Amino acid sequence: MSTQQAPLALEAEGICKKFGTLVANDEVNLKVEKGQIHALLGENGAGKSTLVNILFGLYKADQGEVRISGEKVEMNSPHDAINNKIGMVHQHFQLVPVLSVTENIVLGDEPTSKGGALDFEKAAAEVSELGKRYGLEVDPRAIVEDLPIGYQQRVEILRSLYRQADVLILDEPTAVLTPQETDHLLDVLRGLAAEGVSIIFITHKLREVLAIADQVTVMRQGKVVGSTDPKETNEEGLAEMMVGRSVVLRVAKSEATPGDTILSIKDLNVLDDRSQPALRDFSLDVQKGEIFGIAGVEGNGQRELVEAITGLRSAVSGSILMNGKEMSGSTAREISEEGISHIPENREKHGLVGPHSVADNLVLNRYFHSPFASRGIRQTTAINDEASHLVEKFDVRTASIHNPARTLSGGNKQKVIAARELSHDSELLLAAQPTRGIDVGSIEFIHQQLVNQRDSGVAVLLVSAELDEILSLSDRIGVIYQGQLVAIAPTEEFTRTQIGRLMTSGSD
Amino acid sequence: MNSLLQRIIRLRWWILTFLGIIAFTIFAGDFRLDPTTAIFAATLRHSTPLVLGALCGMLCERSGVINIGIEGQMLMSAFVGFSVTSTTSSLYLGVAAGLACGMLMGAALGGLTVSLQGDQIIAGTVLNIAALGLTSFLYTPGETIHSKTPRIDIGPLADIPVIGTIFFSNQPLTYFSLLLVGIIWYALFKTTWGLRTRAIGEHPSAAETVGVSVAKMRYLNLIIGGGIAGLAGAYLSLEAVGSFERNMTNGKGFVALAVMIFGRWNPVGAWGAALLFGYTNAIQTQFQFRGWLTGHPQFIGMIPFIVTIVVLAGFVGKARAPAAIGQPYTRE
Repeated sequence: MSTQQAPLALEAEGICKKFGTLVANDEVNLKVEKGQIHALLGENGAGKSTLVNILFGLYKADQGEVRISGEKVEMNSPHDAINNKIGMVHQHFQLVPVLSVTENIVLGDEPTSKGGALDFEKAAAEVSELGKRYGLEVDPRAIVEDLPIGYQQRVEILRSLYRQADVLILDEPTAVLTPQETDHLLDVLRGLAAEGVSIIFITHKLREVLAIADQVTVMRQGKVVGSTDPKETNEEGLAEMMVGRSVVLRVAKSEATPGDTILSIKDLNVLDDRSQPALRDFSLDVQKGEIFGIAGVEGNGQRELVEAITGLRSAVSGSILMNGKEMSGSTAREISEEGISHIPENREKHGLVGPHSVADNLVLNRYFHSPFASRGIRQTTAINDEASHLVEKFDVRTASIHNPARTLSGGNKQKVIAARELSHDSELLLAAQPTRGIDVGSIEFIHQQLVNQRDSGVAVLLVSAELDEILSLSDRIGVIYQGQLVAIAPTEEFTRTQIGRLMTSGSD
Repeated sequence: MNSLLQRIIRLRWWILTFLGIIAFTIFAGDFRLDPTTAIFAATLRHSTPLVLGALCGMLCERSGVINIGIEGQMLMSAFVGFSVTSTTSSLYLGVAAGLACGMLMGAALGGLTVSLQGDQIIAGTVLNIAALGLTSFLYTPGETIHSKTPRIDIGPLADIPVIGTIFFSNQPLTYFSLLLVGIIWYALFKTTWGLRTRAIGEHPSAAETVGVSVAKMRYLNLIIGGGIAGLAGAYLSLEAVGSFERNMTNGKGFVALAVMIFGRWNPVGAWGAALLFGYTNAIQTQFQFRGWLTGHPQFIGMIPFIVTIVVLAGFVGKARAPAAIGQPYTRE
């Protein structure tokens, strides 16, 4: 192979981008060969998204140039990027929910029949054909909002392929996928690369980088810290490059000293959004001073369990006892006041009020209490003092506590939620997917906080789709399958494969 | 055959309502053919400005802009159309002026909401207040026009009993509004323009990332929509009444919004809804004629508004508005 001689599919040189005083990209170089799968790795806020947004024309670089097949191009809008055969699969899908798959894919570049009418049949046939060719089958007539997330992602990829993208950028594509869907996606990407499509792949998951990437570029604080062949490194090596220090992927923790039962769930039955049974005669006890991990493939009742305990969803029957007191039927506020903290699965939707300030979000569960409010009047000084204290203690990176919470990066948002929930005087901590989609440094920090909570005598109920997280943090593990716990035992009594079988089939 | 039966079962409430209305109309018409036919013919005429207003609102909202200024667009256009006809004695010029005035008002709404990124509700309110103030100030009482737009019989079709009188013996803008229902339906759901319009009303940034200009599409829709509202205004002063009066729209622009919602942002649905509202107006006249509720005329006048409230309270929950309406769009 003489890839050295061939022009690079995409080359970015000396890219600089500032947002106010923040330097998001500082002299960034990126070289992507034709047919290469190029992983872009880095902590949240390292500048990866800024870089790909520049490549896709969503941001304009202050300095530097982008070359496609050796030729310098100007990127002023996504339209320019599309014309230069660059496609992007966004982290938050850019799809119109109420339109059909076909309509979403052809939008902006529609085939028309005589008379200017949209030729839907022709478009649908083309979509179907593309899907078959790349292993991305999806019903061209389905309405996008009815599709599962994994299929919506297929639509996003197909939209770029429909425009014959030579370079495909994927921004954290696996964050929303189940393990099976992830495997399938990786296969599809390998197939695309084999056909000569260059792929830029942003991820936090080191394992995926090692599994698929031909080359990995690591960014830290807006700069490229290195570019390497993943075969020459390992998870620890990559993690260290990312955060600039060695990372403890295993959490250091002492033996648990469980005490009295805090949370006791008996024969709980809960329905999901479509009124189908989600939890069936579900029973569970969580003790003081332990981390109880719930392992399971997503969609087996985990979400409904968390919502039932926190009062966001009402139970059909059964009881939820907190320190022996019946909580089912209580409001979310009453439950929170009883001493339950909740790190919700969906931080944007249930964890934060995006447009409100970081400070207000940090006291969201206590704003009505003294000293944050006095006779219904909010006490700004007390709120700001507490917020400044928490921002420092939890290392939340924000320019000001008065900035809207939505402007923070994912990891920092999660730190705000953790700071709020962990400083709430609680006996039970519910942590649902606490590290989903955040960077390694923040994951490490959150994990340590969960262990600290346990050691101070809080009962921790951890729900996570990451088996590694469950295994490294939990003292006891329960495997959930179709709304029931099919196995409960201390962590050391399980093997990884055993849990895997229980998760997927309900028995080992 | 089976599917036809299923369709009938699914639409049973609509069919029953429709039959009920016919039965009631025959009763109100004292079981005579002429008054019954007259009620239905009046229904179509009363529904014309409503369906035009609703089509205007639909084009705007489908593209993501709430237009509560339909009332103002209609009123201003009614005035301009009337004034032009009164000066030039030409009905065609009057209608054209109404159309142009509506388009200008649409462009103005675009300037406020798309270019200046202003609040859409406030922008619409500005149009309403401006139109009411300006027309009241500029209007000279006593101005007249010689005739209204002429009634056109469509050949032998107009001779068919009942149906002919209702559908094929109308004035030009009434015919045109029926035609527009079909045109807008086809445009919205079958053409590239319609797909892009619906996309920017639901998820503008998705459309922008594939190279559709949100600003351009919104302006286009607001201007076309404004033109349609202008025709509704011209209908009122040049086709229905034949003169201009202060605040002659009298809330029709707002009822048109209710019609649009009831019709679920679909032109055909809106036409059906407009007929229902038109009917409530048409039946009033018959109530007065028959001497019903004469002791309490205010109750008769209330009928359209009561229907509006009932319909909106009962059906809005089931209808889903375009997701992005009300939000100014800025590129990141």
